[in-house]
Amino acid sequence: MIQQNLVKVGMADLNIATDGAILKTTGLGSCVGLTLYDPIRKIAGMAHVMLPSSDIARETKMNLAKYADTAIPELLDRMIAAGAYVERLKAKMAGGAQMFAMSGHTDSLRIGPRNVESCTEMLRRLNIPVISQDTGGSFGRTIEFDSTSGMLSIRSVQFGTKEI
Amino acid sequence: MSLFSRFEAFEMDVLKEVGNIGAGNAATALSRLLDKPVDMAVPKVSLLPFEEIAERVGGSEQIVLAVFLRVEGEAPGNMFFIIEEASARRILRQLLSMNIAEQEGYSEMELSALCEIGNILAGSYLSSLADFTHLTMAPSVPAIAVDMAGAVLSYGLMQYGEMGDSALLIETTFLEDCQSLEGHFFLIPDPESFEKIFRALGVVSE
Repeated sequence: MIQQNLVKVGMADLNIATDGAILKTTGLGSCVGLTLYDPIRKIAGMAHVMLPSSDIARETKMNLAKYADTAIPELLDRMIAAGAYVERLKAKMAGGAQMFAMSGHTDSLRIGPRNVESCTEMLRRLNIPVISQDTGGSFGRTIEFDSTSGMLSIRSVQFGTKEI
Repeated sequence: MSLFSRFEAFEMDVLKEVGNIGAGNAATALSRLLDKPVDMAVPKVSLLPFEEIAERVGGSEQIVLAVFLRVEGEAPGNMFFIIEEASARRILRQLLSMNIAEQEGYSEMELSALCEIGNILAGSYLSSLADFTHLTMAPSVPAIAVDMAGAVLSYGLMQYGEMGDSALLIETTFLEDCQSLEGHFFLIPDPESFEKIFRALGVVSE
């Protein structure tokens, strides 16, 4: 077998892959791994979203890949620049877990579900359908997205590997 | 990150001392629990990009056992006590004479015991720190997870996410019998807490 080219996506990072390369991000907890795919041109994109909204950003130098509301448009621009068609794009999501069951804390620790909600809302606004997702729960995930097939493979400690 | 880039070497040393006092007391507590000498490495204070924090405990995908506590009070922050799986099983065996099977996973009883150990250690860390700084710092009810290091640690970085791509953490490593047991303490004060800690210790930053 030919070693497929692996493109690593870090935390609060995004990237695109073509020509059979695989996008990978490790250790998703409350963060959401969001992928976009153009099945005809075989262009894949992945964002590792950390926070739901850029409203709270107090950064001097903004990292667009960190927030759901800025990462998705940025990823979309990159995909279009690479030759993808918006009308054909399909989205998948994984992550958004609640790693620790804490009592007495509300919003700040419900960050996982809020990330998922925010991504879903952003995709709805952009008219990009979410065709499958594996979100929530209380476990970490490592994901790989294959630009040849558009398959998203999700690995977790408890449940092994599954593909969506 | 502009907030931290102006920290002088002297201020880093102050934070190191904070880690030293807190973890020193926690190490003593652990040593009493296990009835064995526990060594402690010199604390490290570092401003690390998010990506690299998990590298400190073996990489983003390394399976670790993590006890998480939210520090509440005048200088809030997040605290993790992280041990590798092999060390966790050894602690259970030594401390509780539990008959730990080598199989995967933990029983509820085992997790509860480990959570309580994390709680005791974090409590002694924070109470000595509170005495030293005269700031109130109390641990929340602890929560435990056995999962990928990247996934559990990212949970404690959210407060930093709003301001940059790196976090300041005070890290201490425990060793018992030369590495047969290894544990890490991460104290990640909220960005706003540093000013209070410095002021409480008489370090005036202009």
